[in-house]
Amino acid sequence: MTGGRDVAGQTPVCEVVDLVKHFGPVRAVDGVSLRVDAATVVALVGESGSGKSTVGRLIVRLLEPTEGTVRLAGHDVSHLSRRAMRPHRRTVSIVFQDPASSLDPRLTVGGIVGEPLRLHGVASRDRARQVGEMLEKVGLRGSVAERYAHELSGGQRQRVSIARALVSNPSLLVADEPTSALDVSVQASVLNLLADLQRDLGFACLFITHDLSAVEYLADEVAVMYLGKLAEQGPREQIFNSPRHPYTQSLLSAAPVPDPSAQRARRRVVLSGDIPSPVNPPSGCRFHTRCPVAVERCSTEVPELRLAGGSEVACHLVADDGTGPDVRRGDSAPEPATAASGEPS
Amino acid sequence: MSTPSTNAPTGRRRPNAGDGPELVPTHSDEPLLQVRDLTVGFRTEDGRVSAVDQVSFDARAGELLAVVGESGCGKSVAATALSGLLPHNATVTGSVRLDGVELVGASPDQLRAVRGKEIAYIFQEPMTSLNPVFTVGRQVAEVLRVHEGMNRRDAMSRAVELLELVGIPTPRERIKHYPHQLSGGLRQRVMIAMAVACNPRVLVADEPTTALDVTVQAGILDVLRDMRDRLGAAVVLITHDLGVVADVADRVMVMYAGRVVERGEVHELFERPRHHYTVGLLGAVPSARTADGQQRLREIPGLVPTLAEQPDACTFADRCPAASDKCRSSQPRLDVAPASRHEVACWHPAGTDRAEVPA
Repeated sequence: MTGGRDVAGQTPVCEVVDLVKHFGPVRAVDGVSLRVDAATVVALVGESGSGKSTVGRLIVRLLEPTEGTVRLAGHDVSHLSRRAMRPHRRTVSIVFQDPASSLDPRLTVGGIVGEPLRLHGVASRDRARQVGEMLEKVGLRGSVAERYAHELSGGQRQRVSIARALVSNPSLLVADEPTSALDVSVQASVLNLLADLQRDLGFACLFITHDLSAVEYLADEVAVMYLGKLAEQGPREQIFNSPRHPYTQSLLSAAPVPDPSAQRARRRVVLSGDIPSPVNPPSGCRFHTRCPVAVERCSTEVPELRLAGGSEVACHLVADDGTGPDVRRGDSAPEPATAASGEPS
Repeated sequence: MSTPSTNAPTGRRRPNAGDGPELVPTHSDEPLLQVRDLTVGFRTEDGRVSAVDQVSFDARAGELLAVVGESGCGKSVAATALSGLLPHNATVTGSVRLDGVELVGASPDQLRAVRGKEIAYIFQEPMTSLNPVFTVGRQVAEVLRVHEGMNRRDAMSRAVELLELVGIPTPRERIKHYPHQLSGGLRQRVMIAMAVACNPRVLVADEPTTALDVTVQAGILDVLRDMRDRLGAAVVLITHDLGVVADVADRVMVMYAGRVVERGEVHELFERPRHHYTVGLLGAVPSARTADGQQRLREIPGLVPTLAEQPDACTFADRCPAASDKCRSSQPRLDVAPASRHEVACWHPAGTDRAEVPA
């Protein structure tokens, strides 16, 4: 589904098509299609409530989709039972944001990391060896295997989570905000670790995050989500150097860079209001209520994701060659009456 | 104890520029808030835990001071200690003078009068700081009724003005809403409205945007900037986010393990960080420079030391690339570098700019 790339022959590690997940009235994910190819890192970026974590959980089938398809290595796993899903669990793992709440407090680290192997029927002697090797790969001493999660620091716990996720040698790792609960200096070491492991072990990774600087560091491809839909996706350089969607542009301009001179010279787009409720999402383009360049059509007609100038963009105002408004330049709607109302300052 | 204050109790006299090596000359006057050797410890089952160790700083009217550090560095404890907002097992020594009036050791009544009126706080999570069963209008008005003795009607109409001041659209409608009816960004604006209701002279914002999305964060930072400029408040912004610091701070104070390790004007500090911890922090943030996949993020090896005791040594020595024996036996003090408004507590400060510091 990722446009402009060679799709011939190769089965993607993971492909989701028109994925929908509703929780009662909450339309968390509302038609998302994306693919993750072998050994690539795809960042799924969005703010809270965008549905990015739900997509991650649907892919590892912690959740069952309301509609749409999840394919892992070509197999449709969308509605498999827990039992039927089990063989696929070797091929896909997940790392959660908060290692304190995602590690069993009653198991030793060795037990935690070895559990996937145990479930897949690996004999206990082999298990101990593989656990030891895996702990070493994530930069922990083998003796950590005897300890409990609460005895470790936040960074060490996240290394344990990563070890558990990778011990069964999956072809896809879903990493859901793996560094957001960590301090800056610890974040750096976990990001370095993920980058090293990904290069050495060659797994594909869906990296779910709101942290654009981490995305720029780690990702090959970027998909930007807003209120349950993709706004834009494409190669990293394309998204960072020439974002087409006004939301992507706003997001990039809003994230402050740690350089006072550069940061103060930047033009920041301050969006009006907050992300609307996914219970009652806006009509047409979901971003139109906050978009500085929205026109009449944006409130009535849902824009489709289509190839435009190197990335796929869901915006009426972007032409097929990728030209369009840039809200960072201060572009505004041609018809001011339809523009989102700005906040008084 | 350093620098005995020359302030009269009523504060502010002689806006004299030749008053010694002051950090920022542009914002004039004597510092509104003078903190000297502030030390906070907690009595726990495992003995005394030191959280803040001899922290000194000034906050000036119309200036935004960012206090930066990772979790556990003592930045929040130091800020809450300013007005005695600490649990009973805390012991506070040192001096906090607001306009020359000593707050350490002041009576609970005195502190209550200061809190909210002179020193106001904005916390990270507005949902837990607002009362869910009262309208936001009533909560903003309550501050005015308690501190300013306003009647209900005046307080309510002032509340509308305040919500407008912090950029809340249709404030007349919004005062009738309950906190759960507002988004995170609006709730944080309500918190700011409450904080600035009595024109506080010191506004302490503790991670005010950490719980918010980046597109909302920018708006809240604009409000803080605005409060600094329009109310002339001394804003103390506590954050771990160096991007936020780069965006809004006038001066920066870096804390590590309960101590101030570096302090300076924002451009100076980012361009020429001198403490190796600061250097490490700046290198740990991913950016376009590290994005080509060649350059790794800088890691700071090891862990933040436990705060049980504050040794007579540099607390960063065990993680520092430049540490020597001296660092492990003698505590470096904040020291003004020649010809700069930039202080560092380090025996071997990084002398060059960021790129040349050994990885």
